[in-house]
Amino acid sequence: MLDIIVSGLLLSGTYALVAMGLNLQYGVARIMNLANGEVLVLGALAAFWLYTTAQISPLLTVILVIPVAFIGNWLIYRFLLTPLVRRSKSQGQLEVDSILATFGISFVLIGIMVSIEGGFFAYKYLSEPISILGSTTSLNRFIAFLIACAIGIGLYLWLNKTRSGVAVRAVAVSTEASGLVGINVPRVSAFAFALGGAITAVGGALISTFITLDASIGVVFTLKALIIVIMGGVGDIRGAIVAACILGLVETAVATLIDPGLTLAAAYLIFILILLFRPQGLFGRAST
Amino acid sequence: MKPSGWGELAIAAFLVLLAVFVPFVTNGYWLSIAVTTMMYVALATSWALFSGPTHYISLATGAFFGIGGYLVGSMMSDYQLPFWVPLVVAPLVAAGLAFLIGIATLRLSGVYFVIFTLGLAEMIRNLISWIQNNFLGSRGLYVLTDLRDHHLYWMLLGVAAAVFLLGWVVNRSRLGFALRIIGNDETVARHVGINTAWAKVILFTTTGFFAALVGAIIAPRWSYIEPNQVFSPQLSFLVVIMALLGGAGRLWGPLVGVIPFTIIWEWVNVQFPNQSTLFLGLAFLLIVYVLPNGMVGRIEQLHARMGRGRS
Amino acid sequence: MIHTRFFKRIAVAATAAGIAFASAAVAQDVIKLGAIAPKTGPLAGGAVVTQWPNVQLWVEQINARGGLQVGDKQMMIELIEYDDKTNPGEHIKLAQRLAEQDKVDFVVAPYGTGFNIATAPIYGRYEYPMIAVSAITDKMEELTERYPNLFFTLGTTTAFVDGVKEILIEKRDAGEIGNEIAMVNVADAFGIELADRARDLFTEAGFELVYDKSYPLGTPDLSPVMKGAKDSGAKAFVAWSYPPDSFGLAEQAIIEDLDVAVYYSAVATSFPAFSGAYGGKINNVLGAGGTNVDDPKIAEYRAAHEEITGEVADYWASANTYAAMQVLEQAIVGAATLDRDTVTQYIKDNTFDTVMGELSFENNVSHTFWSVGQWQDGVFRGVKGSNVDGAVPVRLKEGWTE
Repeated sequence: MLDIIVSGLLLSGTYALVAMGLNLQYGVARIMNLANGEVLVLGALAAFWLYTTAQISPLLTVILVIPVAFIGNWLIYRFLLTPLVRRSKSQGQLEVDSILATFGISFVLIGIMVSIEGGFFAYKYLSEPISILGSTTSLNRFIAFLIACAIGIGLYLWLNKTRSGVAVRAVAVSTEASGLVGINVPRVSAFAFALGGAITAVGGALISTFITLDASIGVVFTLKALIIVIMGGVGDIRGAIVAACILGLVETAVATLIDPGLTLAAAYLIFILILLFRPQGLFGRAST
Repeated sequence: MKPSGWGELAIAAFLVLLAVFVPFVTNGYWLSIAVTTMMYVALATSWALFSGPTHYISLATGAFFGIGGYLVGSMMSDYQLPFWVPLVVAPLVAAGLAFLIGIATLRLSGVYFVIFTLGLAEMIRNLISWIQNNFLGSRGLYVLTDLRDHHLYWMLLGVAAAVFLLGWVVNRSRLGFALRIIGNDETVARHVGINTAWAKVILFTTTGFFAALVGAIIAPRWSYIEPNQVFSPQLSFLVVIMALLGGAGRLWGPLVGVIPFTIIWEWVNVQFPNQSTLFLGLAFLLIVYVLPNGMVGRIEQLHARMGRGRS
Repeated sequence: MIHTRFFKRIAVAATAAGIAFASAAVAQDVIKLGAIAPKTGPLAGGAVVTQWPNVQLWVEQINARGGLQVGDKQMMIELIEYDDKTNPGEHIKLAQRLAEQDKVDFVVAPYGTGFNIATAPIYGRYEYPMIAVSAITDKMEELTERYPNLFFTLGTTTAFVDGVKEILIEKRDAGEIGNEIAMVNVADAFGIELADRARDLFTEAGFELVYDKSYPLGTPDLSPVMKGAKDSGAKAFVAWSYPPDSFGLAEQAIIEDLDVAVYYSAVATSFPAFSGAYGGKINNVLGAGGTNVDDPKIAEYRAAHEEITGEVADYWASANTYAAMQVLEQAIVGAATLDRDTVTQYIKDNTFDTVMGELSFENNVSHTFWSVGQWQDGVFRGVKGSNVDGAVPVRLKEGWTE
């Protein structure tokens, strides 16, 4: 039982890292970023490459990745996505355009990554067994969990207790209304998109220490992130975190108590059930 | 979708007739491209039948397509049934499933609907893999037939033609009228007394039916069916993208999305064989910026401009 | 007026004839070889290790020594490659392209069972011999009857499982493991097939599967699976796994300090990266494949592989892939023609001298391969195989520390 809770929470940490970034990008900047998984894998590639060629600890890479990913994603938003934002006359149109554009961006990123490393990013870091409350698990997952918590708490505090954070939440609620009260919506959106990308890349670097990724696996993480973000309800960071927790615990419980073969099926089933009873997601706003 | 007239039907019939002769004038390579093109035309058009008027983006195409392919593989390989059996059974199974899903999703809207269909498709994929592992345990699903590319092409052409015909009939019917109003403003539609739920469910059922039929027809081409290949989320995304690139507002929109898309895809593959993925991505981006309203938008713009020029 | 037109026509005809003559002459000095395999997509990670480097190695070596002797001509190899993105529909289109637009003389068989079977009818129609490596199936008889151009070199699904079964029986008879096995498999076509076959064979041999579970492809957390296997108390662990999960399971086994005497994970155990990631902790881990590094031909091959491609060859199908290229080479040279029918017949009728030893085909199937290998002090040595020399005794797993 304890095994399930501990492993489940650690898995939730992994999922939170995967989804928090997309929550910001979609919830605030309104970009359905299908390249989210590829940004994650880019972070992983950085950690892998720096570790295997220069023995730089992935934890250090995490720090290095933040500014690089932030700037990279900001540039993508500013030059590739802003034209779409400007020309779209409705939210629906922007969604369609961002799906198409980010799909293209994901292909470009895969192409770039494959030319750097076509095979598996096989390395392990801090794969030491540790015991948490009597349950055995690995140190790297625990560290990823701690950092996920830190990011989650940090985001929550920032979004709720600071002016800039409140501005971001305002844009998440309504771009029009925010514009009317004097918030610079394009700048806030760009910032949120960039921050989301940075968080995702950090997540990728951390995850690579215990999951063997390769250049093409991004889509699996994009799908997971989409499920978690929607399940939690768009626009509220608590939603993504709670959804990640639910999925992590459910998957681990099913794997241990029922059958590991049903983990993903069960996860998606929970997702479907939640949406059926709360069509706006856990923390989403009910549409009028 | 705007209602199509008899003129459009005549043009469509003529094109279908032309298309019938493709296998006679092409060699294997272009024919195999034609098969793929026809497959996507059928998938994208049947997708647009539902998503065009309602503006609901469904990512469940992969699930229905997979049911088609998987049932062909399972029935032919594990139970030695002839090809036509799963060809009939699979679309019906998928239609039934689509019906249930349609009802379940009635309260969802926007992006929640989109990702719901995605999650559903993924759940089906995992469930079927699990069922196959634990109950059907197989030595591989081999679909070894004597069906050649031109047989598949004509079958898919038939399906595509059927989808067009259905779309044309629906557009001109009360159902089509209802759907256009739903697409423009669902609240208005409901207040005017249109049974929006019923309309949406019926159309969603047809997309499931046709996607499974296409999946079943194309299965012999692959000869070896792997659940993780036939239930592919990438297929769902590609169908959506092709339909949107073409423009889902017109019945012939997906058609003009699929053909250039396929050509560009081939061209990139040939020009940049070692970096095809990278250049495909760049091509996507280019298309998105150059065609804000899809091909349909661009074509109609040109049409309008020519019309203005004349007067 | 008439004179200029007349001369113009002659000039055009002459130029055309000249170009045709020149290109004909050039075209005949080159053997066009087509290769389609994943560079992106789920199977790319494996293809990049096993398939592509060997194609590159072979072509470079041949061209470095002036090409192949076909009859009385020296012909260089021109390689035409495509990325199938691990998509069967894509691969089929590209195969047609190779056959009709690029008009290649020969093809390298695809990577992956599904892809080989999907392209067999197409290549068969153009009479391309396909010397398949990464195609493991129990239906070889039926497939080779249907596609007489298709050759298999890596063994059947049953042979794949048999190797493991033999080791388990050996160790049980020696009293090192009991009757109980913990078995897991990835829920993908290959894993499902292997597990299905294994269930029959292991039970027949009197074993009891005390833990028998599958996990979805792409499972991020395999700790419940490993904990379940550990709790079952079995002293033998068998995983029909793919690269990402082979790595993941090994990590979990280390974390849980899995107490087994026999540990097997299928694909990717033979990758150099496997040892690179875990070092000495995975000593005595068993996996699919194996090789005899002491064989001088293998040693030479591995040295050349590393020197020319910059990568270390894997310890399983790399050698078979290279051997398949050698078969093609010797068949073309031996048949002294580029006529595919003749070359195919030559492959059926003759014996070939390759890095895997002497290779010959019986009903299109070659039975020269390793099925199980074991990491022994940094080298993945073959322990079970068919028609191969140099099998070393199977060691027991003794803990998971360096």
